[in-house]
Parts: sequence; C-alpha cells; structure tokens
Amino acid sequence: MPLLEVDRLASFYGDFQALFDVTLAVDEGETVAVIGANGAGKSTLLRTVAGLQDRATGTVAFDGRPLDGVPTHRRLGLGIAMVPEGRRIFPSLTVEENLKVGVVRGRPGRWDLASVLELFGALADKRGRPGSLLSGGEQQMLAIGRALMANPRLLLLDEVSLGLAPLVVRRIYETLPEICGAGATVVVVEQDVGQALAGADRVYCLLEGRVALHGRPADLTREQITDAYFGLGGPGGSSLAPRSNP
Amino acid sequence: MTWVNVVTQGILLGGLYALFATGLSLMFGVMRLVNLAHGDLSIVAAFLALAIVDGTGLNPLWTLLVVVPAMAGLGYLLQRGLLNFALRGDDPLPPVLVTFGLSIILQNLLLEVFSADSQGLDAGRVENASVRLSDGLAVGWFPLLTLVTAVAVLTGLQLLLSRTQLGRSFRATSDDPEAASLVGLDHRHVFAMATAIALATVAVAGLFLGVRTTFTPSIGPTRLIFAFEAVIIGGLGSIWGTLAGGLVLGVAQALGAQFSPGWGVLAGHLVFLAVLAFRPTGLLGRKVPA
Amino acid sequence: MTEGSGEPQGGAPVKQAPEAVAPAQLRVQRATLSSRIGLAVGVAVVVVLALGPLWALDSVLRTLISFLTLLALAQMWNLLAGYAGLVSIGQQAYVGLGAYALLLFADTLGLPLLVSVLVAGVVGTLVALPTALLAFRLRGGYFAIGTWVIAEVYRLVITNVSQLGGGSGLTLRAASAFDRTTRLFLTYELALAVGVGAVAVTYLLLRRRLGLALTAVRDSEQSAQSLGVPVFRAKLVAYLVAAFGCSLAGAVIYLNLLRVQPEAAFSVNWTAFMIFIVLIGGVGTIEGPIIGTIVFFVLQETLSGYGAWYLVLLGAVAVLVTLLARRGLWGLVADRTGWSLFPVQRRLEER
Repeated sequence: MPLLEVDRLASFYGDFQALFDVTLAVDEGETVAVIGANGAGKSTLLRTVAGLQDRATGTVAFDGRPLDGVPTHRRLGLGIAMVPEGRRIFPSLTVEENLKVGVVRGRPGRWDLASVLELFGALADKRGRPGSLLSGGEQQMLAIGRALMANPRLLLLDEVSLGLAPLVVRRIYETLPEICGAGATVVVVEQDVGQALAGADRVYCLLEGRVALHGRPADLTREQITDAYFGLGGPGGSSLAPRSNP
Repeated sequence: MTWVNVVTQGILLGGLYALFATGLSLMFGVMRLVNLAHGDLSIVAAFLALAIVDGTGLNPLWTLLVVVPAMAGLGYLLQRGLLNFALRGDDPLPPVLVTFGLSIILQNLLLEVFSADSQGLDAGRVENASVRLSDGLAVGWFPLLTLVTAVAVLTGLQLLLSRTQLGRSFRATSDDPEAASLVGLDHRHVFAMATAIALATVAVAGLFLGVRTTFTPSIGPTRLIFAFEAVIIGGLGSIWGTLAGGLVLGVAQALGAQFSPGWGVLAGHLVFLAVLAFRPTGLLGRKVPA
Repeated sequence: MTEGSGEPQGGAPVKQAPEAVAPAQLRVQRATLSSRIGLAVGVAVVVVLALGPLWALDSVLRTLISFLTLLALAQMWNLLAGYAGLVSIGQQAYVGLGAYALLLFADTLGLPLLVSVLVAGVVGTLVALPTALLAFRLRGGYFAIGTWVIAEVYRLVITNVSQLGGGSGLTLRAASAFDRTTRLFLTYELALAVGVGAVAVTYLLLRRRLGLALTAVRDSEQSAQSLGVPVFRAKLVAYLVAAFGCSLAGAVIYLNLLRVQPEAAFSVNWTAFMIFIVLIGGVGTIEGPIIGTIVFFVLQETLSGYGAWYLVLLGAVAVLVTLLARRGLWGLVADRTGWSLFPVQRRLEER
C-alpha cells in the first residue's frame, strides 16, 4: 500500500481553484519529484497534504488513513513534515531553538539535535545565531533540519532551490540520500527540472492544476517532459488540449 | 530632598504600572491581540480576592494562591472559548469589538453583583509599614514589595520566553503561525497559554491595586490606559521596555501631581503623547506600534 | 528553466479570442430599483420629519432629537471603522469638544446659536488634524486605545480649566434667549439637519473616488498603497469628516440637554452606543446605522428599568454579533433580498 495516496484532489484559495482532479501515489522509501511551471499547483499540492489549505475536496490518505479533518499541527505527529516554500524559519529564534521547537510532537528516530547539526555542518558553528542572521542557504538547511527533528516518515520539500546559488543547491541535494537512507520518503517540488530528475525515483509533472505526465525519469523523453511542462500539443505527450500561451 | 522623594514614589508607583502592562504586552506579542478588557479583568481579580477575604477573613495576600490560578484558568478558557474566534482572519475589527464588548460586560456584571461602592483590600500592618532608606527618605513597604514583584514577574517571563519550550512556542507562533503549525504547534493552545499567563500577572496587579487603594467596578478602563501607556513609552517587543515604561509613567504622574493634584494623570498622558510624537518606537522598543 | 527551449512545437492551432463587447454598449450603473424606491421613500420621510413641529408632541420631538443625533454619531463611527478601517473608541472626544465649543462661542463670545453650532463643528475638525497625525502612528487595537487616551486628555484639560466650569460643568445660557417651544423647534430642525446630513454626506463621500479608496484601504492597506491609492490622505479625510460630524452632533446634543459636564460629555459610553448601533445594524453599510439606531432606541425604552443588566446585554449582543452575524441586521436583509437603499457599488450593465 502506498504511503501517500492522493485521489481526485481539488484545492482552493478562497474562490480560486488551484488543483483539479489530481491523483498520485508515493510508495514508502521512494523519492518523488513534482515539477511544473509557476502556478501549476505544485506548492498547493504539498500544502494540501500538510493540511494548510482551507478548502479541498477529494482524498489524501497517509498510510491508509484519510487525513480529512486532521489539523496541520497533528500531522507532524503522524509522520508528515513539510519544509515550506521560502524557508520560513523562525527569525527571532536561534538555530538551536529553531531545531528544538519542532520536537513537540516528534517521533523517536535517528534525527536529533546532534545528528542534524552533523548533517548540516555549516550550521554547527552557528548554533546560537538568530535565524534572521543566516544566509539563504543556511536558512534552507535549517528549515530542512527543523523538519527532520520530528523524524518524519514523509518529508515534503517545497522549492528548496528557490533563490539559492547552484553550488548551495547541490550541497543541499547531496544530503538527500542520507535523509532517504535513514528511512524517509521524500516528495520534492522543484523548479530546477534537472536537479529533480537526477535524484528522483519517479516524477509527476503538473500543468495548471492537473497531472500532465508521470513516470520514471529514465522512461520519459526530454520532449515529453517539455511538452507536459509547457502544455504543448504533439503526439505521445500531454493529455491536455493545446494552448496558445503556456 | 522632596524631589527625590517624589521621584521615588513615582518609581514605586511605576512598579505597579509595569505589573499591569506585562500581560497586555505579552498578549500583543504572541497573538497581536490588544485586550481592551485587560483592566477590567484585573478588577475582577480584586473582587474575587475581596469575596474570599469576606468569606474567610484571610489576609488578602494569601488569596493570591487561589486568585492567580483561578484567573489563569479563566484566561485559558476565555482565549479558547471566545478570543480565538475573534482572531480568525486578518480583519482588525473583531478583536477590538469583542474585547470592548467584554469590557462592558465585565464592568456591569461587577456593578450588579457588588454595587458601585468603593472597596478595599485590607492587608493589615503591611500596608502602612515603611522602610527608611536614608535621612528624609522613607518608602512604604508595600509599594516596595509591588516593585520587587514586578521585577520578579518580568524576570520570570523573560526566563520563560528564552529557556522553555513554551517560551519557544510563543516566539515561534508570534513569528509565523503557519510555519509553527507545520512543526506541530497548535496555535489555539499556544494563544490560550499566553492569555493564561497574562491573566495570572493581571491578577497579581489587580490584587496589589486593591491593597494599595480603593477600587470600584468602573476603574478598569483607566488601568487599561495606564498599562497601554506604559507599553508604548517603554516600546513594543521588549520585556524590560515594559518595566522602563511603567517607571517613566509613574514618575511622570508623581511629578505632575506635585504641580497640582489634578495634573498627575494628565502629565502621564502628555509624556505618552510626546513619546508617540517624537519616538514612536518607545524607549527600548524594536518595532513601531503597527 | 533548464530543460527545453520553450518554443512552441509546430502545428498547434491558436484559439480564437472571444467576441468582445464594444465599450459603447456597456455603462457603469449604480442605482438599483430598490435604491430608487428607497430614495423616494427617504425624501418623503425627511419632508414629513421636517414638518415635525406641526404635528408631533414635544416629547416625540425630544425623542427624535436623541434619535437623529445618535444616528449622526453612528454614521460617523461607521465611516471610520466600516469604511476606513479605523476603529476608534475615542469619538467621544469630539462630542465633548463640540459641546464645549458651543458653550464658548454662544455663551462667552455671544455668537448666534446657529453659527455657534457650525463653528463647534469646525473647531472639532481643527483639533482633529493634529490628533490624527499623532493617532495614525498607531494601528489596530493600539490605535483604538490611543484615541481613547486622547479623549481622556481633552477631558482632563477641560476639567482643569475653571473658566469652562471645571469638573462640575456649565449650563448653556444663550439658549434662554428663546422661549422653550422655539428652542425645541430650533434644536429639532438642527438635529434633523445633522442626522440627515450625516447620512447624506457619508453617502456622497463614498460615491466618489474617496469611497473606492477607503474600500481598498479597508480590504488591504498594503495592496492599496502599492497601487498608488493615497492611503494616508483617504484615512485623514475620513477622520476629519467624522470629527466634524461628531462635533456637530455633540453641539446639538448639548443644545438639547443644556447642562455640560466633562465626565458626561467625554464619556466613553457615547462610543459604546455608536459601536453597538453600527454592529447591530451592519458595519460598512449606510443603511445599517439607521436600523441599528432604531433597534437601540427600542431596546433602551424596553430595558431601561433593568439597570446595569441592560449594558451587560448590550455588550453581549455586541460580542455575539461581531462573531456570528458580522454584517448585522441589514447584512442579513441585503443578503436575502439584494436590496440596496444607498448603493455605493458600481455595476456594469449593457445598454
């Protein structure tokens, strides 16, 4: 049984519908990448799984159990942790406090203060520094570390490469195998398609709120991905009607 | 020497104001809520103490053991049962209107239950005892106790915020409520804990007020105004600013009253307006009151 | 993007653009059927009221004076909170200022009563200008308390000036130049002018660009600012207009009551009543305060014997309405019927 099952999900911001009829599944231990252009609904998908969306229809099931009505703060205890878009570490808390604040509902496991600081060596010297004084890359590492402190079974990463230098992004992605090796299932939303395809077992491509393409990176051609990404017509590509403007 | 005496009395008065301001400042810091019923809640505590004293004959200071936890519990319930609902969404109207309505309800309930008569809490010899600091300078033991208590409460709050998980929850939720929920913090509970602590401090303030002077059901709003002025003068976002603000307000009022009895409170208001006009961030504040 | 070139593949058909409606076929419309009926009815009501001295008992006139001045106050508070997003609990400052200005100009300076009332309004507005500059440094709940503190300052300053009667207040003597009936009629017509004027001015203000600006500010100040809406100016105008209205109303109220005491004139109860009326009737609508004032008066008549419980009820209703029926009584009516007696929204209609 898949660890995460999303079935016919529709998600709204007020009256605006951002996701239409999205169905996907993630098996335990997999790394799944979700790609798509701006506004495709990638972040909305993760937010809905994390419970942050006000209104959504369809089902999200975690480990067989539907998450309807489970408030966000309780999902951490179930094993779902999200690293939100834009890092959103707590600026007035220090690095150490940022990490410690997340252990309210954590589960036992490999990750604790010492092991997280070991994973992200750059943060170890800055334990006492307030979050607001960290660089973008350090904040991203801190945000991931904060999520890890709860020893999640499912880790949702939303656009970790946004606004960061390529070197920093690579270094962050280098820690992924260790995170997965410790048993986490990872869903990563990425604008950087190359990075996403390189590390993922499977990939979903979203276009304007729907799944346009999915499969193993090795099985998909560059043409197929481009088509699905930009919503272009053509044989053997996207499942959507052609549009004049992506 | 008179001026030293006046300033000293002002500082001691300021201790009481700082105590009042603590809860208001905490609630605003954690959840951006200005509780307009803040002053009235302190009077509720005073009347609660009065009821216990009338029933048992205990010294009012002993009633702290009951009144403080009771008010803390009331604060938790109030936040979860009422105020959390006023905070949903970004509309600035509901929190102001709900707490204003609450203020009116509390004042008039107290009026109906206890009448408009002036009441006092009699703490016995403690009230009038004084400590001689030097030639010509004697300070009341009770006002000194009030100042010491204010400093203790503020220190305790500072430690809570910086060393405990609850304090981290407060600061995290204050920084970013949505991210806080992602790390497992239930903002409804966090807010309610903040209100519980705020009301605990306000209970102490109300009780000390009741011992120091007489009180009626309708003096709540003035307490709110003084607490608010202390917070603004001291500066938002700073615990020690709250103490500084209280002290400055107390001294201003004491000096003003020397000038002419009716001018005491007015002098405090004018200092507040001056701070607002020339230094909106307050003495120690880090943010503009927006 | 790192993959792909972003160029459209060949062969993709371009969709046709939908038929555009030529601009000449559309127009911006504001009035609705209900508003036209409402306007006709409203004019008729005002005419009947204006003839009040001919058909109404003295006691009825006195009740109407209270009603009309309270309505004016409520419209002003509504303009501030419902449209400009400024929640003030210090409007009593202007009620008191209006009353004392009336005393000053009518009694001490001997100006004619009508002129004094008008000047009282102007005085309030003049004081409101520096007040706003100070108060606008605060926001939200702190702004609310700030306005209260400022009202207290005015009260204390006046209480400490013995020429203005100090704590025990003064009685308006200039009014005794007229006989009782004439004074009543005069006060009544003034109250009618102030009440109707408050509704009319609010309505006219909101129809103009200021109205749109204020709605934008109320919805999201930051977004409005980034779009170039003159946020500060819009809020300032709203505040000054509200001060003018409250001062006028205060002057007329005390022209009726005659005895001016600082504690009563600057009492926060004025604002409490304004808030209650606007909440019950519906914040952010012009019809709301009218309904709210009616409900308030009915409640006051029926419950006045219950002492402080009446105020407990007011407070409880205010809390419940805020949380459960955000749009008040008029909101409930408008939602169901779509009526709008004072339409300020614009719609696109085809000719």
